[in-house]
Amino acid sequence: MRIVVCIKQVPDAKNVKLDEKTYTLKREGVESIINPFDMYALEEGLRIKEKMGGAMSVISMGPPQTDSSHREAVSYGVDDGGLLSHRAFAGADTLATSKTLAHGIKKIGFDLIICGKQAIDGDTAQVGPELAAHLGLPHVSFVRKVLEITEQSLTVERLMDDGYDVVRMLFPALMTVVKEINLPRMPSLKGKMRAKKIEISAWGPAEIGLDDTQAGLAGSPTKVVKVFAPQPRSKRELVVGDPAVQAASLLDRLTDDGILKISR
Amino acid sequence: MNQDTNQTPTGIFVDKDKCTGCGNCADACPFGVILVEETAGIGEGCNLCGACVDACDFDAIYILGKKEATLTGPDDSRGVWVYAEQRERVLAPVSMELLGEGRRLADILGCPLSAVLLGHQVAGLADTLFAFGADVVYLADHPDLAGFTDERYSAVVTELITEHQPNIVLAGATPVGRSFIPHVAAKLGTGLTADCTGLDIDAQHLLLQTRPAFGGNIMATIVCPERRPQMATVRPRVMKRPTPQPGRKGQLVQVALNRSGFKTNLMEVVQELSDQVNLAEAEIIVTGGRGLQSAKNFQLIYELAGLLGAAVGASRGAVDAEWLSYAHQIGQTGKTVNPKLYIAVGVSGAVQHLVGMQSSDVIVAINNDPHAPIFNVATYGLVGDLFEIVPALIEGIKARMGI
Ligand SMILES: Cc1cc2nc3c(=O)[nH]c(=O)nc-3n(C[C@H](O)[C@H](O)[C@H](O)COP(=O)(O)OP(=O)(O)OC[C@H]3O[C@@H](n4cnc5c(N)ncnc54)[C@H](O)[C@@H]3O)c2cc1C
Ligand SMILES: Cc1cc2nc3c(=O)[nH]c(=O)nc-3n(C[C@H](O)[C@H](O)[C@H](O)COP(=O)(O)OP(=O)(O)OC[C@H]3O[C@@H](n4cnc5c(N)ncnc54)[C@H](O)[C@@H]3O)c2cc1C
Ligand code: SF4
Ligand code: SF4
Repeated sequence: MRIVVCIKQVPDAKNVKLDEKTYTLKREGVESIINPFDMYALEEGLRIKEKMGGAMSVISMGPPQTDSSHREAVSYGVDDGGLLSHRAFAGADTLATSKTLAHGIKKIGFDLIICGKQAIDGDTAQVGPELAAHLGLPHVSFVRKVLEITEQSLTVERLMDDGYDVVRMLFPALMTVVKEINLPRMPSLKGKMRAKKIEISAWGPAEIGLDDTQAGLAGSPTKVVKVFAPQPRSKRELVVGDPAVQAASLLDRLTDDGILKISR
Repeated sequence: MNQDTNQTPTGIFVDKDKCTGCGNCADACPFGVILVEETAGIGEGCNLCGACVDACDFDAIYILGKKEATLTGPDDSRGVWVYAEQRERVLAPVSMELLGEGRRLADILGCPLSAVLLGHQVAGLADTLFAFGADVVYLADHPDLAGFTDERYSAVVTELITEHQPNIVLAGATPVGRSFIPHVAAKLGTGLTADCTGLDIDAQHLLLQTRPAFGGNIMATIVCPERRPQMATVRPRVMKRPTPQPGRKGQLVQVALNRSGFKTNLMEVVQELSDQVNLAEAEIIVTGGRGLQSAKNFQLIYELAGLLGAAVGASRGAVDAEWLSYAHQIGQTGKTVNPKLYIAVGVSGAVQHLVGMQSSDVIVAINNDPHAPIFNVATYGLVGDLFEIVPALIEGIKARMGI
């Protein structure tokens, strides 16, 4: 089985500080990490590979230093990786991102594609389903458990707001995964050694047969017209006193705000 | 990013002659990728969002290849569509919220509002959609559509949009909408804005779509100037549910399902969760963190939640300790919620937790550490021992309710 996992490099939210004045993100000295959800995608891919045999690749679109994420992936046991890095890819919305990834993945070959549920910076959760559309694949999003996997089909549990669905799809297929699906492993020593040495191929539009007009800013139907800080929380108040007084004052305030409908 | 203009048709550039090094652009960049030494330099990771261009008073930064929004007048007549989501023949509350918002947009544009309804034996729901403002309901009622799969629902909706060419398509940002609507948008080759919290129509009659990104730390307004339809998923519980007009009539259009040979099958639907876990629709959420110390102590949280008719949430700290299941987890790797009231008990307020709940209307924090970051976002902060405050709250509520 040929498995491809999509990994995105994102700023590590742990260290991102919000500038109190301008409400922008300060990224000084902030490290880049593999998108947390993609770690679960990686782990699930490795487990499926161990069970079914075959090969597993990662693919990513991003600036050249994204290769550090590829090396990390190799240290966990991934075989190889394709890096889509080129000026023409910059400024992509999810349509252009997924189109670019689709061309890169076609070059690698696949039976199963795994994405994270969403990236923690762009937050759209759209790249996985859009990728499936470009490649004409069935897909299931928000997978929390793989129930059964055979050469022909994949049966999974999809997390819903009020429970879960059991869905079966035929290969080739795509799924996006949530955190609940597994507990990612640590890198192996052997993997770390391989990661140091491995060559990561970087591809531009020509290498993946993608027309420039379909990539990056040019291939993106959506345009960001404005970026601004969210309205800061207007009211902030400490409710003081002994526990009974605190509780009573809080209930009074919530009732006055019209949130609690219990009488005094 | 590179500075040579001859080869790059698109990208961001700094005119070194005009740049004074004032640093305004660096402050404005939501991604923190501008470094100003003598002049501004744009580092890797730029999203070409344009915030720095607006911030520069010297016209020293410019983006090439960014298309200007063009007028799209003739589109207006094509109408606004709302995807009416149902599960097990019950309409999702967001469907009604979207009809209210869709009606408002359709009235500004002077066009009809349509709803798209898929399922099996769901025709009875059409009257509700009319009552909530739909002029037309496209109904695809077929046994093969009884349960939701992306493949089938996407096929039907993509075909309908291709045939009728609406101007705007809205869907709820639910597990269903966020999964199959992107598939539809990609099939149509158009743009899609995710999880919007604000919609409007600008002077050029373009749909302005505003959404939080970076876990709610920044807001972005997005347009889709050229391709149609303009598509957006909209966060549940943000738009107002309109008052229905019972008896209001509209046109019902039956749609045939003319496809088979699907590669995806829904085997089972399990609605296992009690109301106390349906975080997406809850008006009040009481969340417990590691401060609770044990699974047993979560009984306090359940009791408070029960009295308030609230759902129960958990920090990752509590979920990792296996005091509650992952379905309860709120935050970056859990769910994003925006209830009217969010009560955080014994939760420190790590950024990964805050991004999942900071858009709640009112936030109450109970924590014995006055420096816990949760207090930075709390409308009402209660510093003290949760094992004293929560029981006092429970007693207080019981007394007021007369039990
Ligand atoms: C403030 C802001 C708001 C935006 N809003 C929108 C919007 O509403 N609509 C829109 O179309 N675009 C939007 N974009 C652009 C969007 O962020 C980019 O297209 C981004 O490349 C992909 O989207 P995402 O980060 O949301 O990924 P998601 O769709 O959330 O990612 C899901 C999964 O797809 C895979 N994946 C995503 N990106 C990559 C990658 N580069 N390489 C490898 N795998 C990847 C990963 O497995 C990931 O877990 C916005 C950008 C900004 C800066
Ligand atoms: C990639 C990544 C993703 C993550 N995703 C999430 C996520 O989705 N959701 C999430 O929640 N976290 C997430 N985290 C974890 C997050 O960083 C924190 O570790 C976690 O939120 C801490 O949980 P907590 O607040 O319950 O525990 P703690 O940080 O241990 O806080 C417990 C709090 O309880 C208070 N307390 C203790 N005793 C009492 C008492 N008797 N009375 C009152 N207060 C008391 C303490 O003062 C303390 O502030 C993520 C982390 C990473 C790295
Ligand atoms: S705002 Fe303009 S002038 Fe000031 S540093 Fe940035 S590019 Fe230079
Ligand atoms: S375009 Fe946006 S992301 Fe790029 S440097 Fe300017 S402000 Fe930063």
